[in-house]
Amino acid sequence: MAEKRIVLGNCGAIDPQDIESYLRNGGFKAYQKARKMKPKAIVEEIKKSGLTGRGGAGFPCGLKWELARNTKAKTKYLICNADEGEVGTFKDKYLLSHDPFGLIEGICIAGLAIGAQQAFIYLRAEYHFLYDPLCRNVAQAKEKGFLKHLDIKVFEGAGAYICGEESALMNSIEGQRGESRYKPPYPPQRGLWNMPTIINNVETLMNIPRIIDKGAGWFSAMGTGRSRGTKVFSVSGDVARPGVYELEMGSPLKELVVNLAGAEDIKALQVGGATGNIIPGYMMDTPLSHETFLGSGAVVVFNSTRDIIDIVYNDMRFLSEESCGKCTPCREGTEVMLEILGRLQQGDGRERDISTLEELARVMAAASLCGLGQAAAVPVLDALKYFYNEFMDRVDQSHFLRSYLGGEFNQSKEAVR
Amino acid sequence: MSAAGKGTLSSTGNRAELLALLKQELGKNGSLSKTVLTSLADKTGLPLNEIYGVSTFYAYLPVAAAGKNIIRVCGCLPCDLKDAQGVIGSIKKELGIEPGQTTADARFSLEQVGCIGACDQAPAMMINDTVYGNLTPAKIAEILKSFK
Repeated sequence: MAEKRIVLGNCGAIDPQDIESYLRNGGFKAYQKARKMKPKAIVEEIKKSGLTGRGGAGFPCGLKWELARNTKAKTKYLICNADEGEVGTFKDKYLLSHDPFGLIEGICIAGLAIGAQQAFIYLRAEYHFLYDPLCRNVAQAKEKGFLKHLDIKVFEGAGAYICGEESALMNSIEGQRGESRYKPPYPPQRGLWNMPTIINNVETLMNIPRIIDKGAGWFSAMGTGRSRGTKVFSVSGDVARPGVYELEMGSPLKELVVNLAGAEDIKALQVGGATGNIIPGYMMDTPLSHETFLGSGAVVVFNSTRDIIDIVYNDMRFLSEESCGKCTPCREGTEVMLEILGRLQQGDGRERDISTLEELARVMAAASLCGLGQAAAVPVLDALKYFYNEFMDRVDQSHFLRSYLGGEFNQSKEAVR
Repeated sequence: MSAAGKGTLSSTGNRAELLALLKQELGKNGSLSKTVLTSLADKTGLPLNEIYGVSTFYAYLPVAAAGKNIIRVCGCLPCDLKDAQGVIGSIKKELGIEPGQTTADARFSLEQVGCIGACDQAPAMMINDTVYGNLTPAKIAEILKSFK
């Protein structure tokens, strides 16, 4: 199976700053078609296509839209989540840089379908360089008369990973601290300023014009199980050709990482960012789908020189820094995990550390408010599952270091810090 | 919110302008000092603690005095694998500051940050809004020189 460039289809083929170039390439054809459809029919088409969210959670897109459509309200909002903060993910940046009109067309159609009058593109602060170009893209679309039913505002974030979580993102747009909200109510019922709100990832929305144009049947013929269509991946780490690739859902990991990105020596991979699964290198035949591993499509490759404890420590350092601090299991759990992993990393581990990590992981998964805390321990548990010996070796080494160095150990540790 | 009617931002609707306002003030003043936040509180009718709470939540709204140029080096996995620590070491040597500090002449602040979405160009950093990728410790002096 080779690359299947559908969402990436326009990237490189059009001038991202010129709407005429997009129009010449069949741009806004799907929008014109959607305008002649009943909103309900658009939602039905998306439901039939089996399109799922591409930001990480994989919720069925059509179902989400239907929920918002069926909620009665004066005002409805549509938010494009372009807060791509997941570690190892840069596909949305690529899409926004190379095919911004594809996104705007997707937003226009989604607006028709759910009956939204106001849309936001929530752009992460790190992508500030895209702010002005995106505003110009929106202005061009408006000038061409595609935005009569919908106003699109580019909203810039201010540097917070958690704002990629939908309820935190809405708080951020409202001018609040970007902390997660309790759910329910879910955004399609009560979201931004308590109004029905749809939040879709950049890639999800860019699939919309293609589905409307070519039909749900065409789309759902690609993929496997409940994972339909294609997925855009960001590959980085120990590979020869890091970059953005698009494959049909269900393609084997090997195709992406070895054939396309050119990895040779694979000890392990992490799929889906800092809260993603860690997979050992011998599982390269695993298909990439919602049923197995996918997340945001971030794939980081580690070669045999990499230390698995270093890897999960780095993940946890990021997550403990980015926890919004609202709920205790996440705020405290990530810190305690970081402390334990840090000791293991420095050769000061104990047997008890392993069971403490496992117990903490259970509590955090069960009791955290949002995805960050719920999934924070996923890489730790996977590392323990597949690389248990490395943890036990480190505990043994720790015993040795303590008995050998005795009192000097703490001093040498200080020196390391 | 008890401030309804007093200022220009209410608890709904246009409070959405708060982040943009904070960024404006940041652009004018370089950091969001107590004086800046207090005058913003007066202007908007929002309590000072609300505004302080919002700005301290976000990494790009610094309340402490920062350097004219903010260097943000990505320390997440893809960059870490490609020797982000070597890059940070080189910057430390060049400027004589640790992450979290600002040079005495207030030209540079250094921070180690989470993923900046440039993993295909790892190791990467941002200076202000510009991304520098495929770094090596040896490239640092040259890049910093252009800001001096």
